[in-house]
Amino acid sequence: MIQPQKTSMRQQDPKVRIHNFDEVPLGYSEEEAVREAERCLQCKNAPCIAGCPVSIDIPRFIEQVKNRQFAEAIATIKESNSLPAVCGRVCPQESQCQGVCTLGKRFEPVEIGKLERFCADWEADHEPCCPEIHEKTGYRVAVIGAGPAGLTAAGDLRKLGYDVTIFELFHVAGGVLMYGIPEFRLPKDIVQREISALGAMGVKIEVNKVVGQIYTIADLLEKGYDAVFIGTGAGLPRFLGVPGENLNGVYSANEFLTRTNLMRAFLFPEYDTPIKVGKRVITVGGGNVAMDSARTALRLGAEESIIVYRRSEQELPARAEEVEHAKEEGINFQLLTNPVRFIEKDGAIAGAECIRMELGEPDESGRRRPIPIPGSEFIIEADTVVIAVGNGPHPLVPRTTPGLELTRRGNIVADPETEQTSKKGVFAGGDIVTGAATVIQAMGAGKRAAAAIDRYLQEKKVS
Amino acid sequence: MYKILSKRTLGPQIREYAIEAPEIARVAKSGQFIVLRLHERGERVPLTIVDTDQAGGAVTIVVQEVGKSTREMGDHFDVGDSFLDFVGPLGIPSEIENYGTVICIGGGLGIAPLYPITRDLKKAGNTVIGIIGARNKDLLFYVEQMGAVCDELIVMTDDGSAGEKGFVSDPLREILSSGRKIDRVWAIGPGIMMKVACEVTREFAVPTVVSLNSIMIDGTGMCGGCRVEVGDEAKFACVDGPEFDGHKVNFDLLMSRQRFYHEEERCAIDRYLESEGEKA
Repeated sequence: MIQPQKTSMRQQDPKVRIHNFDEVPLGYSEEEAVREAERCLQCKNAPCIAGCPVSIDIPRFIEQVKNRQFAEAIATIKESNSLPAVCGRVCPQESQCQGVCTLGKRFEPVEIGKLERFCADWEADHEPCCPEIHEKTGYRVAVIGAGPAGLTAAGDLRKLGYDVTIFELFHVAGGVLMYGIPEFRLPKDIVQREISALGAMGVKIEVNKVVGQIYTIADLLEKGYDAVFIGTGAGLPRFLGVPGENLNGVYSANEFLTRTNLMRAFLFPEYDTPIKVGKRVITVGGGNVAMDSARTALRLGAEESIIVYRRSEQELPARAEEVEHAKEEGINFQLLTNPVRFIEKDGAIAGAECIRMELGEPDESGRRRPIPIPGSEFIIEADTVVIAVGNGPHPLVPRTTPGLELTRRGNIVADPETEQTSKKGVFAGGDIVTGAATVIQAMGAGKRAAAAIDRYLQEKKVS
Repeated sequence: MYKILSKRTLGPQIREYAIEAPEIARVAKSGQFIVLRLHERGERVPLTIVDTDQAGGAVTIVVQEVGKSTREMGDHFDVGDSFLDFVGPLGIPSEIENYGTVICIGGGLGIAPLYPITRDLKKAGNTVIGIIGARNKDLLFYVEQMGAVCDELIVMTDDGSAGEKGFVSDPLREILSSGRKIDRVWAIGPGIMMKVACEVTREFAVPTVVSLNSIMIDGTGMCGGCRVEVGDEAKFACVDGPEFDGHKVNFDLLMSRQRFYHEEERCAIDRYLESEGEKA
């Protein structure tokens, strides 16, 4: 008899958690994990595997959890995924593995993500599983950017026996996992734990190396790297382009989150980097980054944290769980609303003049286009504004790599199957190719690129 | 780790450091900058590169000890010690070519980043007039070095304790009014100095380059904290600059944004000085 309801995960009380940066969901106990694993139907056709961008053998690891073979379960996951503790926490499972779960047709789908998280956390408390490393190939691969795409490509290439060096511009590896996603959603020691596992496998990471500035791609190929993978992400913050956006107190989400997450500004003055958050904070946007920013603002002391989003709740691009958590925490959602200008008082931000929107015909993204309602302007007072409307491609590698084909928006053009770019031996994947997307999609691209780089170098060997 | 190879005091709370960073020394060009972090709890501090020594693998920076991090650097980081992080070179190099006759203006700490640009403009064949200034003679530095790379060097202090009494914009106006043909001006220093210099050169329609030191975190285009308005467009000082057409820069916005963390900076330095006092 299958339990129709999922095993829910204990989480911090919203009233308590809005005053701390500790993780919100608290994890499954072994008993809870086994109980949830027992709900899996072990479908022969396993739609969940096809729904997973890195093709984890989901039924097998869940069966292992059910049998309390936790070490085997994490080993199964790690065959396909180098960052399970991360993915178990931040993947949009509802639109991937769990979205296609057979059980979900009648009942609630199996909590695949939470089980993945359980396995990764179980491993942290036990003997780490070290994946098998193939014999040395003699080839060297340079990976640009230690974010989800780069870490995945590096892990897979290392397993295949390549000598891999990652070049990272920040002072720590992790990319968006470190600077972007907040501590309460993805604790930084967990990210570092997964990165050290790659280090233990022999992946080399050079931090403080800004490729495009200190070396170009051409320099790396000349230095003796046989192939290069570019995973530099979507790091360039977009702004709205409305008046008053450069006032003091208007942050890009990247700056707001980087100060808090990477630079630990929530611990200022113990840590040297400050952040300034007023009593009323507006976050503009509706994606995960907007939810992260609005929830971070609360934790930094805002009394009211307001999300302003130009479409309706249905179109919110954020994960369902993030929206739910934001609501539990009392975030004020001003939907179908868009700022038209920011208002100044004494050189700083005092509020946003907004206009109400209605939805018209679908646009090129397939979502209904928001249209301003004339005369509906009103003012939301605020002393801090965070702009979370997306990021463009990080400019430094494209700018310094002649012959690299780019899209009109400045993203790198890469073959969707192989991630091969217009330059021989140079591959690219993740947000630098697709524009801002999810951690797991970038990881999928890293995986495809690793396989393609392997084929490319093996062919090179033969010829 | 990035070792301090030399440390020299240039004036009250102005120090010059040479840092071991051979890969950066090999490729850095004048006008570019680095970002450094002292220790695990440190902030990322952007500083313009003043000189490089390729043979010795060193990058020179000049630091004015105005905030907590820079004070701490001066007090606790000596030759043989290391900074935790040192990243660069960042930003777009200065456009060095033979323009004809150029004026290079440096105010206060701005003299440091101005020096390599002046040197390279001279090397490129320009006739170079240097104008450097500070509040008083103690705060002046690099007078000899600048003299060595300028055809003429004018020194100004606010109080007349060295060189002429007045601001750097005074001789600038004099030269331009004299009708002498000036092809380009570089002006680096405090926001207000660059603003006034640009007002003068605008009158005479002389193209003027300024170097903007806005607040930034990563220095590679990711935070947008350093954004400045240049000709009504938002630009990032880190990846679109740090040098811009001074006639198009909104200096009032720059200065306002530079003051944004004033209270926090005050709090950090007070707390630091208090803890130093307790140690002593």
